[in-house]
Amino acid sequence: MADLRSTIAGVKSPNPFWLASAPPTDKEYNVVRAFKAGWGGVVWKTLGEDPPIVNTCSRYGAMSLNGQRMVGFNNIELITDRPLDVNLQEIKRVKRDWPDRAMIVSLMVPCEERNWKAILKRVEETDADGIELNFGCPHGMSERGMGAAVGQVPEYIEMVTRWCKQHSRMPVFVKLTPNVTNILGPARAAKVGGGDAVSLINTINSIMAVNLDSMSPEPEVDGKGSHGGYCGPAVKPIALHMVAEIARDAETRGLPISGIGGISTWRDAAEFIALGSGSVQVCTAAMHKGFKIVEDMIDGLANWMDTKGYRTLSDFQGRAVGNVSDWKFLNMNYKTVAAIDQAACIKCGLCYIACEDTSHQAISKARDNGTRRYQVIEEECVGCNLCMHVCPVDHCITMKRVDRGLPHVGWVDDPRNPQRRQAAN
Amino acid sequence: MSGSGTEAPDVKPGRLEKGAYQNVFDDIAPPLSAREALIEAARCHFCYDAPCVEACPTGIDIPSFIGKIRTGNLKGSAIDILSANIFGGTCARVCPVEELCEEACVRTAGENKPVKIGMLQRHAVDALMAAGPQPFTRGPESGRTVAVVGAGPAGLACAHRLAMLGQKVDVYEARSRSGGLNEHGIAAYKVPDAFAQREVAWLMGIGGIAIHHNKALGRDVTLAELRKRYPAVFLGVGLQSTQKLGLADEALDGVEDAVAYIERLRQAKDLGTLPVGRRVVVIGGGNTAIDIAIQSKRLGAEDVTIAYRRGPSQMGATDHEQHLAQIEGVRIRHWVATTRLIGWKGRVKEIELAYTRLDEAGKLVLTEARTTLLADTVFKAIGQTLVADPFNADAREPLAVKNGKLVVNDERETSLAGVYAGGDCTATGTDLTVRAVEDGKRAAIAIDRRLRA
Ligand SMILES: Cc1cc2nc3c(=O)[nH]c(=O)nc-3n(C[C@H](O)[C@H](O)[C@H](O)COP(=O)(O)OP(=O)(O)OC[C@H]3O[C@@H](n4cnc5c(N)ncnc54)[C@H](O)[C@@H]3O)c2cc1C
Ligand SMILES: Cc1cc2nc3c(=O)[nH]c(=O)nc-3n(C[C@H](O)[C@H](O)[C@H](O)COP(=O)(O)O)c2cc1C
Ligand code: SF4
Ligand code: SF4
Ligand code: SF4
Repeated sequence: MADLRSTIAGVKSPNPFWLASAPPTDKEYNVVRAFKAGWGGVVWKTLGEDPPIVNTCSRYGAMSLNGQRMVGFNNIELITDRPLDVNLQEIKRVKRDWPDRAMIVSLMVPCEERNWKAILKRVEETDADGIELNFGCPHGMSERGMGAAVGQVPEYIEMVTRWCKQHSRMPVFVKLTPNVTNILGPARAAKVGGGDAVSLINTINSIMAVNLDSMSPEPEVDGKGSHGGYCGPAVKPIALHMVAEIARDAETRGLPISGIGGISTWRDAAEFIALGSGSVQVCTAAMHKGFKIVEDMIDGLANWMDTKGYRTLSDFQGRAVGNVSDWKFLNMNYKTVAAIDQAACIKCGLCYIACEDTSHQAISKARDNGTRRYQVIEEECVGCNLCMHVCPVDHCITMKRVDRGLPHVGWVDDPRNPQRRQAAN
Repeated sequence: MSGSGTEAPDVKPGRLEKGAYQNVFDDIAPPLSAREALIEAARCHFCYDAPCVEACPTGIDIPSFIGKIRTGNLKGSAIDILSANIFGGTCARVCPVEELCEEACVRTAGENKPVKIGMLQRHAVDALMAAGPQPFTRGPESGRTVAVVGAGPAGLACAHRLAMLGQKVDVYEARSRSGGLNEHGIAAYKVPDAFAQREVAWLMGIGGIAIHHNKALGRDVTLAELRKRYPAVFLGVGLQSTQKLGLADEALDGVEDAVAYIERLRQAKDLGTLPVGRRVVVIGGGNTAIDIAIQSKRLGAEDVTIAYRRGPSQMGATDHEQHLAQIEGVRIRHWVATTRLIGWKGRVKEIELAYTRLDEAGKLVLTEARTTLLADTVFKAIGQTLVADPFNADAREPLAVKNGKLVVNDERETSLAGVYAGGDCTATGTDLTVRAVEDGKRAAIAIDRRLRA
């Protein structure tokens, strides 16, 4: 059986599955239930200064797709709404009772050194394993100059990170907001400031829907709404991209990453780890199905690692990073064409109409004794994959490589590129 | 001969507890909830050139109406259905979808689990019907009136489409109620809550259609008169007679015509007054046989057996219907043919069956072997036939009939110019509600074109 133990920025946990700072980690009661269920660690719901914040009602919005609930999720909640003392006592107690689990404390206080210094001292007394700086919360707190308001300014990130390193012995995770044009700015700042790791992504600015009766955005608070933070399965591709950028950037390469964003299964987790993450954090999936989902995450990942011959996480951590490339280096001589498995085809015609209406008119339709027949016209096929994606039958359309015996040529060197690099001879 | 020869035949009303009649013919396939409908609709791939559409005799744009359920556009969905098939509500309940649209659904090929097209159709149409009147308007008045004979699905589909096209319609109906077999033939548990009557009333809302009840062609009015008074006539008279077994004691009490009995059942104000046999044998293998068997069982018959001459795959009843009967506790005996009806004081009490097989040439033959079944009631469900007399009462030119059905062309015009026909009285397809609707619709379009030419 594969060994799932993870170490990130010196923080150890029996498995890489942590609960992200959010309602599931709001208090002792939840966190103990999570640990009993098998979660490897938690990032405690973000703490702030007293008096605690007050939340609105309602707080959550969700996007359903074809009957599938919560494909996307959003919230306009703020940080913890409980007194600091209460949280700290609980954190201390839980860490004492569950010493093998990772206990990270998320923090957000006004952007003044003394405020940070004060809270760090108190967190230290809980024996937590580390802190996470919430520079991500995109709503509410940002209007008060915290959260994303800090996370969008690399200089502030660097400054606060530095204070935290100065005033604390604990590893510092810097949680990044995706609401920036380039994630590398904040990530580099976190590194320069001395951060031990980055956690990403936090939630994305969003309006979940407009209620067409009340004409209010959702979630709705007495007829009005404000933007909230978007998360859940639908945000995973955005998160993967940001993680990959940090993993392959010359300045941030090697900076430990705790991957977050739309992780619902062991597969999702494996993808984040393959792109360099040392642990992963989950929020929406747990809020949707409860803590038990971690069981499948744990044995699903272990079983997959066994079939691949990976004994430890480090055996495949970061393995996909080298394959994330710039477009200009992709092989322009690589050619594929679609192939339809006629025996598997159920004659829905979706490949045909997609290619006919919106792509390259590369699929023909015919009737064979009344039976529909859809076939790829290979000469017309540009290998775009559209038909493969629309086909409702798994593996019915595959993209077959056409080996033309040509060497790998990226656009940088492609003869068709007027600005190509000149061969050095 | 069976051993219990002295027992008197047992046929009586009120086999169930008084209160039990209320729910005895509850909906056999209850509607989908809104959420179930959404999830089911999401299973539809929105096929291009969808095979299901081709398999629907009325050509409903199935991917389109299902797609609209998905977006919550139930009204648009229902109008898609009804513009192809104004009896979309009945058809959703009674179509043998397993051999029509759902058989053709690509998900049948893929995973043997078609999209529940019929149930979704019902979801959309029921919502529209509950919300208000039928959604179509009459076209600009042409000033003409067309005659329709028979207020069954063929006749009313024709009338409704004619109204949409701006023609006025006079419908002549022999019975005192409209709906045809929707009202007096279809199994009660498929169309509970007086659905057939509600649907007719609803579709009549378009206006311009007058139904004259108790007016039979051949009795109260002749075809020649109609042809004189109207520029076009549509015949949707169905099949009004049933096949005979051709056995000696067919006139014994207790030997009943299944269709006639179902009509009494469907029209009964109090089901508790309907006489029901303790042991019922049904002769036949079509859906009528299944329907009478299940309805007898539900009305308290203790033992119901369907006796069919051939095997399961030759039965006219679909697999689905056969399973349904078996779930309801009906026994189906294959490869037996009725040879004798045995009576007691003028009432049937036993039925003799010969075992059958196929000979080398594939022809059905009776073997020597015999068996008997006790039977207090024997239902004949071996098919209905056309009664052609009404058309020819005063005719110098008789209507062409072939193999017991009126001959029509693609436009549903008979051998007489200006006389159209459709539904069970013609041979344009299997005798199904949906086919009758398509015939009526096509004839209406052809009639309208003719009148405007
Ligand atoms: C027991 C039974 C169960 C069935 N179950 C199903 C089912 O589950 N699903 C399905 O799709 N189909 C079913 N069918 C078949 C379906 O009911 C018919 O195919 C359909 O009703 C045919 O419609 P129609 O308009 O041609 O004829 P009908 O429905 O028979 O209507 C004919 C109308 O014409 C009237 N009429 C007849 N003669 C005259 C006359 N001389 N003058 C004036 N009016 C006249 C009749 O009173 C009647 O109202 C069933 C049939 C039977 C008998
Ligand atoms: C209701 C809710 C409250 C959240 N509160 C916090 C918070 O207090 N601090 C924080 O850093 N992130 C918070 N988040 C963001 C999550 O920690 C996480 O980054 C995000 O939801 C993406 O992960 P997911 O797709 O698994 O949900 C919150 C998310 C949700 C849904
Ligand atoms: S890969 Fe693209 S171009 Fe080729 S057949 Fe499919 S959709 Fe058409
Ligand atoms: S999309 Fe797939 S199943 Fe549908 S017709 Fe094309 S190849 Fe066949
Ligand atoms: S064949 Fe099935 S999946 Fe395709 S459009 Fe028709 S109902 Fe939908």
